[in-house]
Amino acid sequence: MSYIPHTDEQREEMLRTCGVESISELFHDIPAELAPESFNIPEGKSEIEVLSYFEMLAEQNYSHLTNFVGGGFYDHFIPSAVDALVGRSEFYTAYTPYQPEVSQGTLQAIYEYQTDICRLTDMDLANASLYDGGTALYEACQMALRATGRERVILDGGVNPVYRKILTSYTANLDIQFTISPVSHGHSDRDKIFDAIDTDTAAVILQNPSFFGIIEDHSDIVQHCHDNGVLVIQSVYPTAMAMLKTPGEIGVDIAVGEGQSLGIPLAFGGPYLGFMATTKKLARRMPGRVVGRTVDRDGREAFVLTLQAREQHIRREKATSNICTNQGLCALRAHIYLSLLGKQGLLDVAQLCIDKAAYARERLDMIPGVEVMKASPTFNEFTVSLPMDAGEVVGAMVEKGFAPGLPLGRFYPGMENFLLVAVTEKRTKHEIGMLAETLEAVLCQ
Amino acid sequence: MSVIFEKSVRGRRGVDLPKCDVPSKGHIDEAYRRGTSLDLCELSELDVVRHFTALSRKNFGVDNGFYPLGSCTMKYNPKALEAVARLEGFTDLHPFMPQLRHGGMLVQGALRVLYELERLLAEITGMDAVTLQPLAGAHGELTGMMLIAAYHRDKGNKKTEVLIPDEAHGTNPSSAAIGGYAVRAVPTDKKTGTLDLEALEQMVGEQTAAVMLTNPSTLGIFNSDIARIVEIAHEHDAQVYYDGANLNAILGRFRPGDAGFDVVHMNLHKTFATPHGGGGPGAGPVGVKKHLVDYMPISRVVKRDDNTYALDYDYPKSIGYIATFYGNFMVCLRAYAYILMLGASGLREASGHAVLNANYLMNRLKDKFKVAVPRTCMHEFVLSAEAEAEKGVHATDIAKALIDEGFHPPTIYFPLIVKEALMIEPTESESKETLDAFVDAMLKISAQVSACPEVLTSAPKSTPVNRPDEVKAARDMDVAWPRDNHEQ
Repeated sequence: MSYIPHTDEQREEMLRTCGVESISELFHDIPAELAPESFNIPEGKSEIEVLSYFEMLAEQNYSHLTNFVGGGFYDHFIPSAVDALVGRSEFYTAYTPYQPEVSQGTLQAIYEYQTDICRLTDMDLANASLYDGGTALYEACQMALRATGRERVILDGGVNPVYRKILTSYTANLDIQFTISPVSHGHSDRDKIFDAIDTDTAAVILQNPSFFGIIEDHSDIVQHCHDNGVLVIQSVYPTAMAMLKTPGEIGVDIAVGEGQSLGIPLAFGGPYLGFMATTKKLARRMPGRVVGRTVDRDGREAFVLTLQAREQHIRREKATSNICTNQGLCALRAHIYLSLLGKQGLLDVAQLCIDKAAYARERLDMIPGVEVMKASPTFNEFTVSLPMDAGEVVGAMVEKGFAPGLPLGRFYPGMENFLLVAVTEKRTKHEIGMLAETLEAVLCQ
Repeated sequence: MSVIFEKSVRGRRGVDLPKCDVPSKGHIDEAYRRGTSLDLCELSELDVVRHFTALSRKNFGVDNGFYPLGSCTMKYNPKALEAVARLEGFTDLHPFMPQLRHGGMLVQGALRVLYELERLLAEITGMDAVTLQPLAGAHGELTGMMLIAAYHRDKGNKKTEVLIPDEAHGTNPSSAAIGGYAVRAVPTDKKTGTLDLEALEQMVGEQTAAVMLTNPSTLGIFNSDIARIVEIAHEHDAQVYYDGANLNAILGRFRPGDAGFDVVHMNLHKTFATPHGGGGPGAGPVGVKKHLVDYMPISRVVKRDDNTYALDYDYPKSIGYIATFYGNFMVCLRAYAYILMLGASGLREASGHAVLNANYLMNRLKDKFKVAVPRTCMHEFVLSAEAEAEKGVHATDIAKALIDEGFHPPTIYFPLIVKEALMIEPTESESKETLDAFVDAMLKISAQVSACPEVLTSAPKSTPVNRPDEVKAARDMDVAWPRDNHEQ
């Protein structure tokens, strides 16, 4: 099926209008010697065949395991109305709202989404989305470097280790130095961070809760940074923002994060949503599209893309970022999700996560040989040490229907026996109990 | 229409969550707690459904009508792709699953999708390997620049600049600059609408890291000198980058790899029919030739001897991670389904009819409007409303008048090198009836330019708003609804 509506007669008539006899003639600018050397693509299939092929592939994935894996990406509940509304093709078959008159739906939704992000983070303004949490962190970094004219960035050890790898990849060809400040007992190490700050430091990057699930109050770090003319970038988990001290409250300059937990399916890693919010002072240095509220010719309220002077289609090589297409539909998802959950709903999700995670901590802590990293408050995720290689334990647990957590050895050499366990509102007391019982049985084997 | 926060009613709920079934009570110390009010809106599910349904009705998508937005390839997005993207085996799959012990075996279906799509895209573009990780076209460009930089670093080449035609998409110079290079614009020969070869020969040198090209160009013209351009660049060990924004024109008819291009990016949301989503998510896979394979981002998907698939991270020369996981997976999934449905002949037919539709429109409009480069075009062409502008009707007025005629306007004021540009890309999905109706509307507008220009300059009349004040928007910077404003 090629979804082409032309009948033979129409095609003939159109070719005549073009003054040619065949479609191939229209391609005469392609030199004969540049004809494809091969084009080994299988012949087309019907919708029935293609659907059943993908059903077969989908069944090969272990998506049905009882999931305690997080690491910044969580199995949260998505209300049915989210899919129903995002599935309206007026939204998903449109493109970037260059023509505001026929895009007020997208534009107003983005404006409202920007408002949601501002309210979640207590920041002044947010953009219309970036690719994902990791690339948003990189964009924040670039923003801080340009704003300060400095070349060093200090990265707290509690930041997602994959994000850390992204930052170093992107800056390989640039004059930017990264210093990683290892955590101390899971916490941001104030002394190390303060020692690392010098006159060429543009920013300190923090994460709350940390990759290990630990909640931090970074106020003192922000204060110290600002005293030294250093900007603070904080990556935050939006669901936790319902309850935790916000970037805005503690004076963070750029807040970023992964928006997946706001109604976006896990979907094997994407598409996700990078959100970014900042202060009025840094507004014009922020990358990405921004929607503003204005009035039209007749004085009616209207929404348009604004601050475009920063963008690549105007500024070309001098733009603040090369981002053009973003994650518009994912931002819409997040906005619909937050509108449905509302103030109390998001608080309830957060409280359920905390309570269930607390229960899981207690249950796992009772297992001989298992030790929960204590002395630190956690939100919905926590680190446990096991009496043996966590990878092996996970392998055995998978066979019993559980994805019990993320083994940390792959990201932190020396932490081979550690497991990062996440609990969301979807997990039940029964599932948590079974996790504990199964883990105990596996460890006894 | 009210902003959603104005509709909020204190105490109203839209979602109901289960009662807590565990005996534990998690506690967060006051020192870590949020001190400000959350202030999300409080609405019923029906309130939310009505709000977003109303918003959707103020939008225009491909499903609403003809959307000839040049350079964006607004083709029909088949519904089967959405059905594939709803399968729970994909939607519920955690991206860290492969990091569990033998985790690759838990995601065989997903890895097969990635592996097979990479191979199909490599064959379509004539490249040796493809990575699906870039999350959008511009992200693909940046990835390409990073690959090229890694190549030159590894070879000890001292390269400082990237050459880009003046008609290129703005993302090209921006991506090159962010990749760490100085950018120089190569002029376009106004007569042929293609790159000025002499200028290129003068500008290229040992300092040239890469030449970035879009072919067909943003003027919709296929550059027949392409092999020569590649040769000139390669003489200086400059890499040649193919911006695949316009790949829809050449499916099965030309492969950048065969012409010697070193790096290619594709826009799955353009050529391979994945929805544009109101501005994304897209996907911008990158293909490379053999000499660049070692630098590709990790992870990479491999097929083992026992026909199973695995993620491999062991590439010491790799540029590293450019995305958190494996790309915009669900976008890739849709593109894979699209390619399987069309097959080799379907893809060739798609490019053939995209080019036929564009040439048909151009030929029907050429007597009334000035065509920027009057010669056979590929999948799109550019009109110049210079003559109309002299009579007070600008490209933007024509665009707004088209809205009143029921069409989405073309891309306007791009490429920058054409005055009063209207860039029209009909795509293969559109029928002759639709194209004829668009021609009728354009001819009507053409007649109105002299007869009643005020109809055009005051358009659109049929929309909820008419020409929002962009200057005011930039000045006021009202980019978030204020708290306490009209809230109950």
